[in-house]
Amino acid sequence: MSAAMTGTVAAERPTSTFQTFLSRRAGMMPTFAALIILVLLFVGAEAFLRGDFITPGNISALLLDNAYLVILAVGMTFVILTAGIDLSVGSVMAFTGILGAQLLARGVPAWLAIVTMLAGGAVIGLLIGTLVQYFSVQPFIASLAGLFLARGLAYVVSLSSIKVENTGVLWLQTNRIRVGDWYITPTGLIALLTVAVAAFVLHLTRFGRTIYAIGGNEQSARLMGLDVGRTKVAAYVISGFCGGLSGLVLTAYSGAGYPRNGIGTELDAIAAVVIGGTLLTGGRGYVLGSLVGVFVYGTIKTIISFMGAEQSWMQIIIGALLLLFIVVQRAIVARSEQRR
Amino acid sequence: MDGARPLLELTGATVRFGADAALDDVSFRMFPGEVHSLMGENGAGKSTLIKAVTGALALDEGTLTLDGDEVRFPTPHDAQRAGISTVYQEIELLPNLSVAENILLGREPRAHGVVSQRRMRDQARGILADLGLDIDPASILGTHSVAVQQLVAIARAISTDVRVLVLDEPTSSLDLDEVGELFRIIRELKARGVAILFVSHFLDQVYEICDRVTVLRDGRLVGEYLTRELLRIDLVHKMLGHDVSDYKARQREPVTQPDAPVFLSARGVTARGIGAADLDLGEAEIVGIAGLLGSGRTELARALTGAAHLDAGIIRIEGRAAHLDSPRRAISLGVVYSSENRRAEGILAELSVLENITLALQAHRGIFRRIRPARQRELAQSWVEALGIRPPDLDRPAGTLSGGNQQKVLLARLLALAPRVLVLDEPTRGIDVGAKVDIQNLVGELADNGLSVMFISAELEEVLRVGDRVAILRDGRIVETLRSGDMTVDSLLALVAQPDEQEG
Amino acid sequence: MRIWRHRLFWPSAALVVLVAVNAIARPQFLRITLQDGELYGALIDILRNSAPLMLVALGMTIVIATRGIDLSVGAVMAVSGAVALTIIDGSGDPGATGTVLVAVVVALLVSLVLGAWNGFLVSALGIQPIVATLVLMLAGRGVALLITGGFITTVNSAPLAYIASGYLTVLPFAFIISVVVITALGLVERRTALGVLTEAVGINPEASRLAGVRSRGIIWGAYMVSGVLAGLAGIIYASNIKAADANAAGFLIELYAILAVVLGGTSLAGGKFSIAGTVIGVLIIQTLDSTILFLGVPSAQSPVFFAFVVVAVVIAQSPRTRNALRALGGARRPRAAASVQDRPKVEVAS
Ligand SMILES: Nc1ncnc2c1ncn2[C@@H]1O[C@H](COP(=O)(O)OP(=O)(O)OP(=O)(O)O)[C@@H](O)[C@H]1O
Ligand SMILES: [Mg+2]
Repeated sequence: MSAAMTGTVAAERPTSTFQTFLSRRAGMMPTFAALIILVLLFVGAEAFLRGDFITPGNISALLLDNAYLVILAVGMTFVILTAGIDLSVGSVMAFTGILGAQLLARGVPAWLAIVTMLAGGAVIGLLIGTLVQYFSVQPFIASLAGLFLARGLAYVVSLSSIKVENTGVLWLQTNRIRVGDWYITPTGLIALLTVAVAAFVLHLTRFGRTIYAIGGNEQSARLMGLDVGRTKVAAYVISGFCGGLSGLVLTAYSGAGYPRNGIGTELDAIAAVVIGGTLLTGGRGYVLGSLVGVFVYGTIKTIISFMGAEQSWMQIIIGALLLLFIVVQRAIVARSEQRR
Repeated sequence: MDGARPLLELTGATVRFGADAALDDVSFRMFPGEVHSLMGENGAGKSTLIKAVTGALALDEGTLTLDGDEVRFPTPHDAQRAGISTVYQEIELLPNLSVAENILLGREPRAHGVVSQRRMRDQARGILADLGLDIDPASILGTHSVAVQQLVAIARAISTDVRVLVLDEPTSSLDLDEVGELFRIIRELKARGVAILFVSHFLDQVYEICDRVTVLRDGRLVGEYLTRELLRIDLVHKMLGHDVSDYKARQREPVTQPDAPVFLSARGVTARGIGAADLDLGEAEIVGIAGLLGSGRTELARALTGAAHLDAGIIRIEGRAAHLDSPRRAISLGVVYSSENRRAEGILAELSVLENITLALQAHRGIFRRIRPARQRELAQSWVEALGIRPPDLDRPAGTLSGGNQQKVLLARLLALAPRVLVLDEPTRGIDVGAKVDIQNLVGELADNGLSVMFISAELEEVLRVGDRVAILRDGRIVETLRSGDMTVDSLLALVAQPDEQEG
Repeated sequence: MRIWRHRLFWPSAALVVLVAVNAIARPQFLRITLQDGELYGALIDILRNSAPLMLVALGMTIVIATRGIDLSVGAVMAVSGAVALTIIDGSGDPGATGTVLVAVVVALLVSLVLGAWNGFLVSALGIQPIVATLVLMLAGRGVALLITGGFITTVNSAPLAYIASGYLTVLPFAFIISVVVITALGLVERRTALGVLTEAVGINPEASRLAGVRSRGIIWGAYMVSGVLAGLAGIIYASNIKAADANAAGFLIELYAILAVVLGGTSLAGGKFSIAGTVIGVLIIQTLDSTILFLGVPSAQSPVFFAFVVVAVVIAQSPRTRNALRALGGARRPRAAASVQDRPKVEVAS
């Protein structure tokens, strides 16, 4: 007999419900941290601004003003979960926005314009995904090419802003559904629906679990027989599609297409996703966290505009608050790691 | 059974990596209801053959037939669909997902068209129970030890309708009990007519479970034999191409002589997973560490070498209190550590063998005192020769070496530091018989030259053979330290596995 | 080893093709003239104008080698330019060499501190590099605006102008700065152990730590180098436009720098890096810029053109294309996509 050892299987048995929770849900800590900090941010702003901040109107506006970012962050979450990144989203949003506005101005029916916008975004995503998956181009670079392409195409469509007159598209923003002092527009509903669909897909479908699997270890996922190639490409297509959707939402929101929209928005989206607890190394995170991340980001901006700071201070404060946020989050996560 | 038609047959298989062939015109067959073992040294091409059969690598030449029909598997998925289920060597599953998902992803149970986590958990619990494993299927895989992860990989492989089951060193980090469970399942599958490929460097296990062996050497086929007709000594000879050198028992100090001077002494060392451990390492002494999985073997090693944070306790080196707060500090005091997790914490896969060997010495000397390239080469060359690292190519990325050779590269890295204390965590895991004896002998020689060694292994026989004394770990505590001459494998086994009597 | 297997083959080929296209399209492209002991011509312009991107990209290379990324380089450029020009502007004698020297030194020190700050967040607090440097990227321009008081500070100072447009012997001073930095980094990489230790940290920080490598210090140092080089780039930029423009200085340069690093064959996954590759990558981008300008593509739409070239270069570099090439050469059959995936890592190192 070989001389290995015998005995009971010494699997680490959780001993308390708390530990069970940790061993199952340790990955949720950063997202929880984000949520806690969001609440603190609200409370702090409320105290600081003497009760002017937490009003139904402000919170409704928070969602509507950031609806486009919510949608971008959802698409970005898919990509980041596969350990990729998509820098093209801001430009895709600008491109599809101006494209839609141009089409509408030329008298194309609204439904066709909308379909073209969504398809345009998805095609750019497909291009990036193909480069990443089949030509082993690093996601950062492939999506940077996508950024250049979309931004350039936006200028090809038009160099200046185009006003949207189509009532169907404008309805998305103007139609307010009110419940007391709360209100929401179809754009806000689209954003929330996107989050809900994404959460469903990521957690309850094989495709979604494969996205997580790829982020966990791509090589293993492939050896386990999962369809890594198509799933990865699909993640970029989804992100591109979300770019198109946010182009639509932003066009409705601002009533115009503008080729300079969304410069640097990809970083806002990435920051929101990361703040929401998703790791850039992939495989860990939640799309609901990304929603929280956008709210944190949006709240910071709202607070600053409440305070009426100058541009310079505004930038510094955003940076400082982002810093405060990630340091506190880091501390909370480190704490919980020690507890395990 | 020779009259039966092979279920799977590979003929004239060749796989090249760059210029050299990892597999050269090899033929291989598997019969239904038979356990087949693939034997060979580290780097002989076993895993390469397995990858070629299961669609993870493309064949450069050769054909594969399944049930008489020629097949091609462009991806592992295609092989799985054809009923070939595989546990790859050293491929971790998905550390970020739950155990249940790791077992069932790709064929997950559904409720109302969506993945049902609850049913997945129930199903997984059943499969795990089949393996005698009681872990929470909803827990995240990455929080478990390597052994549990290995068992989960096995659970995944056997939980489908398999026709061909391929296990590439599935037992390398398992304890005897788990191996027993695995063998029980293998026998069940065998009775159902499944063809099983089992790779292991443990000859005992091969002889216990396998009906047939195919031997590879340097990527070439040596031959196919029935296990019962092949003597062990002949098998080893065929694998190595020469006879294995014997384990040289160390010249142990006579018991009457007072203990050698203590070089490193630890008192009340407490860290994560280890409580109040006392240990003395004498000069020229090898202390073996024995304990079950999860008993704190690795934690103890890390606590003593600055790799993990000490919560309490004191470590003295030559009588002086040493503050080992980082591996770097430990190295400067002559204490070096090799991790059990070779791939994640040892080898730098993309750096060359030369860079891997000289890394620690260079880091120790500092950035500005660079070792001259000629000197580096000379140094690495001498270690490659001394340890018999193959292929002896200094410029090859270390990640392309076989497991055993990677381990030797790691040892070379540490030995180049001319250490005083060597802490080896599972240095022979996954290593072929020849290399294993080499490493055991090397450790003995080093100790003869005055080095203190702490030797951790899950194989009690090895711990007893190599160690002068053996420290027995249970639940994060050193319960006893005994002379190895006073113990047998069975008495050690009893000590290690003794159930705890309410000791806090 | 076949020549196209060399890691710098494709980047170099892309550069040569670009130069050739230009030379055919406009013969004067290759002409270099000597006037008053100074060299002039399109190629010289490219070398001169590439200096800021070159410096930033070199710093980025080191950071990327440690598995990091530095998004704050543009903001550091803005701060550095603002500091330098505010000092010069506020001094009694903007034209004095001493003033400019002091301004440059102070600006570089400030940049060093900013780099150290990034390094602190990444190595001491363990924050993901992309977020850690995002903080400074967002806040840095605000700081620069604060320093310049919200205006674009312009100064008239001969020594300052010299940095970007002057000549040292026959070559532009800005280019000389690039050469000095490239040489210095090359020497440090060759003559000290920093190169291989940095690669080790980038490949596997934990394994490196266990081998006694000062992972933390090396990562920290990388961000400091990146900071200083970005600061230097900021000074050259400010000298070129003779003004500190907090919003325009180094705008989007982080993206171009990362692109240059990757075009030069260094993987964003960290580890093996190539200074020479980055130099070639920067020259590709700068030549492309000049080509687009020459072709008269409206500057707003030039990104499309840029995108196509980037895609062409990365596709040419991809393992799939290489295998197809080898198959054309009749060497042997291409492998399945599956094995293509895990091979580039190995080949990079060979
Ligand atoms: N990706 C790769 N690139 C280059 N060479 C490789 C690669 N993978 C394996 N090799 C080489 O192929 C040969 C066979 O390796 P393989 O992993 O099949 O050995 P093995 O018999 O499984 O050894 P072990 O017992 O250590 O697992 C070795 O010489 C190895 O260095
Ligand atoms: Mg193997």
